[in-house]
Amino acid sequence: MTQANENFLSELRHPDVPVPEGMQSSVAVTTFGRLIDSIYNWGRRNSIWPMAFGLACCAIEMIATASSRFDQARFGMEVLRASPRQADLMIVSGTVTKKMVVPIVRLYNQMAEPKYVLAMGACAIGGGPFKEGYNVVSGIDKYIPVDVYVPGCPPTPQALLYGLIMMQKKIDSQSLSNRDSTPWYGRGPSEEVPVPILGPDIIDPRQAHLFRRLAAEAQTGPGADGREDASAQARR
Amino acid sequence: MMTEQVQVSTSTAPLDEAVRRLEAHFGNAIRRDDREGYTGVVVEPSHLVEVAKFVRDSLGFTYLASATAVDYLGKSESDHLEMVYHVCDLRGGPPLTLKAQTPRDQATLPSLVSVWPGADFQEREAWDLMGIRFEGHPNLKRILMWEGFHGHPLRKDWKEAYYEQEHKPFDSRWPEGHVRRAEELNPFGKNVRYPAGFSLDGYEEQAERAIYEGAPLGVQVSDLATEQVVVSLGPQHPSTHGVFRMVVTLDGETIVRLEPVMGYLHRNHEKIGERNTFLHNMPFTDRLDYFCSMSNNLGYAVAVEKLLALGKRWDPPTYRAEAIRVLMVELTRILNHLVAIGFLLNDLGAYFTPLMYSIIERELILDFFEAVSGSRMMCNYMRFGGVAYDLPERLQSTAALINDRVRDFDTMHYLRALIHDRLPRAVEQTNDLLTTNEIITNRCIGVGVLTREDAIAYSAAGPVLRASGVPYDVRRAEPYSIYPDLEFDVAVRYHGDVYDRYLIRLDEMVQSLRILKQILPILEETKGQPFFSGKPGQYNPRVPAGEAYGRVENPKGELGFYLVSDGGQNPWRYHVRSPSFINLTALSQMCKGHKVADVVAILGSIDIVLGEVDR
Repeated sequence: MTQANENFLSELRHPDVPVPEGMQSSVAVTTFGRLIDSIYNWGRRNSIWPMAFGLACCAIEMIATASSRFDQARFGMEVLRASPRQADLMIVSGTVTKKMVVPIVRLYNQMAEPKYVLAMGACAIGGGPFKEGYNVVSGIDKYIPVDVYVPGCPPTPQALLYGLIMMQKKIDSQSLSNRDSTPWYGRGPSEEVPVPILGPDIIDPRQAHLFRRLAAEAQTGPGADGREDASAQARR
Repeated sequence: MMTEQVQVSTSTAPLDEAVRRLEAHFGNAIRRDDREGYTGVVVEPSHLVEVAKFVRDSLGFTYLASATAVDYLGKSESDHLEMVYHVCDLRGGPPLTLKAQTPRDQATLPSLVSVWPGADFQEREAWDLMGIRFEGHPNLKRILMWEGFHGHPLRKDWKEAYYEQEHKPFDSRWPEGHVRRAEELNPFGKNVRYPAGFSLDGYEEQAERAIYEGAPLGVQVSDLATEQVVVSLGPQHPSTHGVFRMVVTLDGETIVRLEPVMGYLHRNHEKIGERNTFLHNMPFTDRLDYFCSMSNNLGYAVAVEKLLALGKRWDPPTYRAEAIRVLMVELTRILNHLVAIGFLLNDLGAYFTPLMYSIIERELILDFFEAVSGSRMMCNYMRFGGVAYDLPERLQSTAALINDRVRDFDTMHYLRALIHDRLPRAVEQTNDLLTTNEIITNRCIGVGVLTREDAIAYSAAGPVLRASGVPYDVRRAEPYSIYPDLEFDVAVRYHGDVYDRYLIRLDEMVQSLRILKQILPILEETKGQPFFSGKPGQYNPRVPAGEAYGRVENPKGELGFYLVSDGGQNPWRYHVRSPSFINLTALSQMCKGHKVADVVAILGSIDIVLGEVDR
């Protein structure tokens, strides 16, 4: 019996059911739910298909991670898909601009559940060195939920691999018996993220109420117009 | 390989002569720019087109290298906007600078697209970011931002949502070191700012509609019952090298019209650069063309050093520093061309395999960069007056730790093995496997032809220009660093198709190896000599007022930095003349009449990087 097998069995084993000493390396007694979970997650974690989707500098390190020296294929993740319909994982690899966040949200909506997002690099996490730029989004998590953050500018391929291993850990922790961790098996389609609108500046439709409230405030009280110059507050 | 010997003069005598002839011909319509630290002539806007034609046809300055705008708010009595054109003679020598001024309200200038089609995108950029309207421009739409965006962001009185202060370092963070997250101060919690009175009710998005303007949307049925279809390629497409987008009108499979749409990676390099101090910008240049961070560093250093040379106290870089710079830049060129060929093959349908071969060599070069500068990709290595660190005695690469083995090499030994053995073999292998490959010859020869005249008119640069039969290389035309001491040929090919653009990259790698072989003994000889001309650690010298256009021959073409300094700590204007961006001007010309499958091949042969296209 290999070490990997034993580890697998000991993780699977139900703590309340004792197994005789001599059989520990080949037998595990577990509940039906845990058995199904382990098979389900084992299959998913080792065949994550990332979307072939590069934004900026980090994309080059992403390609380097897929190449021979670092070899993402060891984790079953080498199948880059150009179509979001076939992808499980979106690696947001680079600066997200206001112009680009529109297609990104659309692509995210087009991915089939279960789907995961990995924010690679400082820009995708929070804007990075370009944060103050007028066309830069302060992190992709302002628009879509993110599972794993990999810091760096750009993160080295080793860091990205570590992030992907963390992604596998997250998948391992999901259970079919717990609907909160696998919401995609609920009733009906999962909720779409509303696509931002390119107005005078980027508009998040989820903040529509804020526009109305600020407009109402601007009419009632002078000087309460937060929209005109938010930076005026920053200076104060 | 074909090469041409180019006779070069670097003196400014031809420029003075040109200005004299301009003065004689146009009289009062032009005047010399007499501001301190400035060169060139200021042209009356009403005569701009005539002057441009005269400069092109009679004075021999046929090539428009760069066109950009500067906002002189508060710097002169008139508060004007200024358009700056750098025009080059393809026989070599420094560029002639033409300027045209216009008031800030109702800024209007005549368009030069009729004289130099290469001004197309650059004028659109000036309209987008500076708000100068160009009369006679055929397609004056926003290019980097979207249609409907409020304001022109590069104007000095335009403030971004997270605006704190004119210049860095911000008082809120330095020297006390308080950190506040900018989004917490914004009522929307995001990097947004809307004009006063903006309301969502009844708002209609213009951005997408404007992109398709002029394209015959929908289906047109002609007599032959073929249909014209408009297809949007990108911004998420495996063959657009990032987030580039093209709106293509097709007749069957044939391209009738192609319009590049960009700005999906516009990360406001120039606006941020004007808030930064001069030194702050060095790491930002790494992120322009992220394959070639070393060459970008050099371009910026050359530009700032030109400005510094206007002042009194300034020591030029030491010989060793220049040798190290050339070593880095030429290694970068090989790296870039290998990867560019890999991507071209990816676009031709070979998928990732050729790219994987290139990346093997890239990793070896990056190991060296990492050991020297501390970072694989974003090297931030050059300084004004030299480089940041000397070459280390030994290379200890952490990247190889993944194989549980620390690599430990003698630096010179590693470089010798790389330059004399490993890289020549890689180039040879690429040549063996690809050059006579039937699929490649079938798909590349005669595809995407750019004639010599078009290449010059469209301001194509680098391998794209040289593959069309123009032996123009900034390393020879306006030499910098120690290139005059080095022996190499300017590679040139004459057909201007995808195949020649592939071949010229092989030629250039051979020439780069030739340079590198000459650099190695120089590095040995100068061992122990200073690698930085200033005081150690003092990287941010006082930059005198004036303007400078520094340019270098990047792997993708002429990378220029146009800097205006008002004598302060940070640049007043910081403009990047990016070769990828301007090379795309000719894309639609190259693609017309070809099949849609060829578009990706043609795009791959131009070799763009979106970080540089959109900045």
